[in-house]
Amino acid sequence: MPEPVLSYKDIRVSFATEFGDVDAVKGVSFDVMPGEVVAVVGESGSGKSVTSSTAMGLLPENATVNGEVLLEGKSVLTMSTAELRRLRGSDISMVFQEPMTALNPVLRVSDQLVEALQVHDVAFGGEALEKSIALLERVGIPDARTKIKQYPHQFSGGQRQRIVIAMAIACGPKVIIADEPTTALDVTVQAEILDLLRELKDELNTGILLITHNMGVVADMADRVVVMLNGEVVETGPVATILGHPEHPYTRRLLAAMPLLREAGDPSLESERVVVTERGGVGDSSSSRTATGVPDGRSNGRAANGVAGTDSDAPPALEAKDVALEYKFRRKATRVVHDLNFTVQPGEIMGLVGESGSGKSTVAKAVLGLLDVAEGELRVRGSNMPALPAKEKKALKREIGVVFQDPAASLDPRFPIGDIITEPMVVHKEGDKNSRMARARELLDAVRLPSSVLNRYPHELSGGQRQRISIARALTLNPTLLIADEPTSALDVSVQAAVLDLFSELQQQYGFACLFVSHDLAVVDALAHKVLVMQKGRTVEQGTTDQVLRHAKESYTQQLLAAAPVPNPEVQARRRTERQRLLAALA
Amino acid sequence: MTRYIIRRLLQFIPVILISTLIVYALVFAIPGDPIRALAGDRPMSDAVRETLREQYNLDDPFLIQYFKYIWGIVTALDFGSTFNGRPVTDIIEQRLPVTATLALVTLVIQTIMGIIAGILAALYRDRFFDRFVQVSTVTMVALPTLVIGFLLQLIFGLNLGWFPIAGVNNGISSYILPALTMAAVSTGILARLVRSELLDALKSDYVRTATAKGMKQTRVITRHGLRNSLIPAVTFIGADLASMLGGSIIVETIFNLPGLGQQVFASIQGQEGTVVVGIVTLFVLFFVVINLIVDLLYGLLDPRIRYE
Amino acid sequence: MSQSIPPIPPEDVRSATEAEDAKLASAQRSYSQGQLVRRRFFAHKPAVVSMAALIFIILLSITSIGFSGQGTGWWSKSFLATGLTVDGGVPTMFRDGFLGEHPFGQDSIGRDYFAMVMRGTQQSLLVALGVALSSTVLGVLVGALAGYFRGWIEAVLMRITDVVIVVPLLALAAVFGAYAQGLPGGTLTLALFIGLATWTGTARLVRAEILSLREKEYVSAAIAMGAHPARIILKHMLPNSIGVIVVNATFAIAAAILLETTLSYLGFGVQAPETSLGALIQNNQNAFTTRPWLFWFPGLFIIAIALSVNFIGDGLRDAIDPRQKRTGSARPGWRTAFGLLGQATAEERSGKQVTELSGGPTQMQPPAGMTDHGPDLGYDPTDEKRDS
Repeated sequence: MPEPVLSYKDIRVSFATEFGDVDAVKGVSFDVMPGEVVAVVGESGSGKSVTSSTAMGLLPENATVNGEVLLEGKSVLTMSTAELRRLRGSDISMVFQEPMTALNPVLRVSDQLVEALQVHDVAFGGEALEKSIALLERVGIPDARTKIKQYPHQFSGGQRQRIVIAMAIACGPKVIIADEPTTALDVTVQAEILDLLRELKDELNTGILLITHNMGVVADMADRVVVMLNGEVVETGPVATILGHPEHPYTRRLLAAMPLLREAGDPSLESERVVVTERGGVGDSSSSRTATGVPDGRSNGRAANGVAGTDSDAPPALEAKDVALEYKFRRKATRVVHDLNFTVQPGEIMGLVGESGSGKSTVAKAVLGLLDVAEGELRVRGSNMPALPAKEKKALKREIGVVFQDPAASLDPRFPIGDIITEPMVVHKEGDKNSRMARARELLDAVRLPSSVLNRYPHELSGGQRQRISIARALTLNPTLLIADEPTSALDVSVQAAVLDLFSELQQQYGFACLFVSHDLAVVDALAHKVLVMQKGRTVEQGTTDQVLRHAKESYTQQLLAAAPVPNPEVQARRRTERQRLLAALA
Repeated sequence: MTRYIIRRLLQFIPVILISTLIVYALVFAIPGDPIRALAGDRPMSDAVRETLREQYNLDDPFLIQYFKYIWGIVTALDFGSTFNGRPVTDIIEQRLPVTATLALVTLVIQTIMGIIAGILAALYRDRFFDRFVQVSTVTMVALPTLVIGFLLQLIFGLNLGWFPIAGVNNGISSYILPALTMAAVSTGILARLVRSELLDALKSDYVRTATAKGMKQTRVITRHGLRNSLIPAVTFIGADLASMLGGSIIVETIFNLPGLGQQVFASIQGQEGTVVVGIVTLFVLFFVVINLIVDLLYGLLDPRIRYE
Repeated sequence: MSQSIPPIPPEDVRSATEAEDAKLASAQRSYSQGQLVRRRFFAHKPAVVSMAALIFIILLSITSIGFSGQGTGWWSKSFLATGLTVDGGVPTMFRDGFLGEHPFGQDSIGRDYFAMVMRGTQQSLLVALGVALSSTVLGVLVGALAGYFRGWIEAVLMRITDVVIVVPLLALAAVFGAYAQGLPGGTLTLALFIGLATWTGTARLVRAEILSLREKEYVSAAIAMGAHPARIILKHMLPNSIGVIVVNATFAIAAAILLETTLSYLGFGVQAPETSLGALIQNNQNAFTTRPWLFWFPGLFIIAIALSVNFIGDGLRDAIDPRQKRTGSARPGWRTAFGLLGQATAEERSGKQVTELSGGPTQMQPPAGMTDHGPDLGYDPTDEKRDS
């Protein structure tokens, strides 16, 4: 019976803060075997990161730890600093979340890699350099011999994460702790990094403690799962059990809240088609939840779709004709979007999908008038916005509402909520004090927040609540078009689910058209009628959601789809093989 | 990187021109008879008046005057002369060494003391040394240079007799008290800057990575923490050096050092417009050049700019 | 109501949303940003004490000899009246009773020194406030316009700023001071003119703030809904930078006091027969061995005012920027004022001081060219990160 390589025994951590003692972890126990991947899943405040940092003794000064952490049988918490130092990087190493800041910007990559080897007397000087180059090659950095002399800012996020992984495996650790290693990365890059980790794990027989909030990643990587809530473990078990037949209500909720990217032939698609043609009978599917966890309200998000065909005289809510967009920097203009063409009919939701650098957010900015259009026409309700004189442009802006990504920055911290929601009315000189307040109450109702919130300030609200206020503000003037730029990307999974639910309901109720920018294909699958995929400023593919997401023609779209992980281990394993095949075919 | 350099250079040329113009204008464009302005209350013979008119091209339009003046500086380092006919360049030559020495000694003192104090304060955070640094910097920043100067003269000069309180007759030790006075505020600010930058660096992700690699704390601090936090310190020191000439005015006056600063003050009082313009123009040029060097240095030290 | 808020399920299975909503419903008092700042400020002991001290000094100087300084307050001596020196002009405080005839002594021509110091305090404070006022107004104007409109407006304004920074502060201030001598309005005009030399630090700071605020999504939302730039600047940007501006203005007052002292010492500040604390020091500097009180009384007042203003500035900054971390339940006490707890960023404080005093380094923050790469300054009081 092999010994666990990492073992937590009743760990309790509390922090001394200005508000008193905060118990972050309240009694956590689990093991990690060699060669095993244990995923610790939870939302913000669950204590998962704190738990993982304990294993390396990397907690801040104001933390008190009780319990035991055993690394290959040795107690980490009772070791001397020197012993602990010897372990770090050689027996146990860590990969953190933010690749952009994990490397020292003023030192060359070669210096930083060589350091990792020298610290543990694995190699010195020239030998260390050779080993480092080999490590870089192993983690998939092409042209390693030249590139190793460069500085971190000359690498992309995904590459920097690879370098961090290289440093982590440099001395052949027994266990690697990966704290949200792919959360900040694009989905295709994420898939590659996860592949890399899996390969390395098999090669070196390391245990991996994977912290994540993404069930798809769990399905892709994990052997066992530990679910945490508020500092405690609520459920553990093999991945198939946890993801397939979760017992604890919290685990179930967590799974239910995750939006799904469905494949062709998925049963829920059938019921949707029924719902759409029926146009009236939306009530039925709302109460059912399938075993794979399709959340409520999702399947009836499409009810408004049928309208588009009948009322064809009304101009499209949003239309782009040969649009090109540029960024000007010091008199030099870089074209970031080329030849963009699309149409969004009234009442339709179009998902604008792409990875970083695709230009999708730029398009949203242009529609909102935040960025000039270099070429082409951008028609809102038939009128070409960029060409309009100022007064008319302002009048047209009444028809457009916006919800941004960052809840912390979307609301002016000095405005009370009531003022925030009614600002569009003030700007367009509509109504008087009473009617504005009445409207504000109406909208707060619609977004399911108590009206006492009117006098509160943004800092008193959580992220999800703030996003709901953003939505309320966007709807104040009953716009025909709503631009949503990654509205839920910064939120926890369950909060995201609630906000998306709400969004879908409101869209049905108010009937606005929507340009929904997202990098998350599953969210787009749940909400949008049509999809446009962008890459490096160009349109790759567009069509109805079904067409693009389930019968994609372009290889880039197929790669994107293949890379998105789904929370079912068997399905995910199959997808993984298919993806490898796809990539091999393209190469 | 080259683009960065060129951009900085180009930005500074108009700045130099306009600021020297302003300095020139301040003194000479005062309404009324410019000769009268130059001469102040001194009685003047017609011959002198004529010579001055010629010398300062006062029959030319103002801007032409200015350009001829600048041209004189650029080509022949001719800063004009005093009313007694003594070339300003002479005065500058004579007094520059004093001010330069003062600036150098101040620079050395403030750099060494400031950086070391800052590092120690960060490392021994919240312990005695840190507290001492904190308290003294707050107090020093709040005190006028005057008061600091007088206090130092009183305590170390008169009461303890360790250093001379005036004049330059005792070699380097004459510069100690004045340099300490000049350095007082800057040392405090530098120490706080280094402390704060170092503490920030120690909290950063890349330091966490280094610790996670198993490096000794001292190595983490020197190799990762210091290197990054000294960059802003270097720029501060450079910028401070640039403004040191201007700051020398008061210190040289208090300690009676025969440098450029004291000269400027005396000339303003004695209404020697030419000398004032000459020396202040020199200050301006020096300021701009040093700042340019600092900018370039920053570009060199931070690879993100070097390999843009 | 078309929809009711769903009932709240029991503790242990709450999803995050429901937990949040529950907390919101049960929360009590709501504080606006301004109120929060006020609360935090008044919890900062040194700042409050300093404020009391400063108010005391102000009141003392005004009420004692009155606005004209002729002894119209409760202190009947005028600062101008000369007379015989009694006993070499030694201070009579604590010697002849509590105050005596001349508690601060007399100067060489028999003027009552207490009256003079009071007058000097009045003038120094007036100059300091005037300088801070004009330099803040000008700095905010330049910085806000440059930051919001960018393009050539910014280029021109920033070059002008660079030029003003380059010219040595003392020279500039002295000349502006000289111009003001001939103008009516006395000390206040002098102060406003000197402020024309010291606005650059504020301008740079405000520009950086505005640059960072521009990227905030609530500003983009306002632009997207069609708001006029004036509304955006006045209602969204300036109120959110007011904290930084106020802190900067406070330190500007402190620096202005020191500047005035230096200028008066060099003879360019307040002219005789008016007096200021700096002028008093200048006139009596040689006396500090023989009649030290002539030097120390004004000196002490300068130190007291400068320290108080500094602490108030610190208190304001602590109150406005909640990123200061405090471990344990320590309220800001004297140790915080001296920076012994928490981390005061040297730059904020130093930027003002050094800038005002010596025409300023151009590179307190990354060099002017660097900020083109994107704003990296400014703060968000509601800054929260999704933590785990």
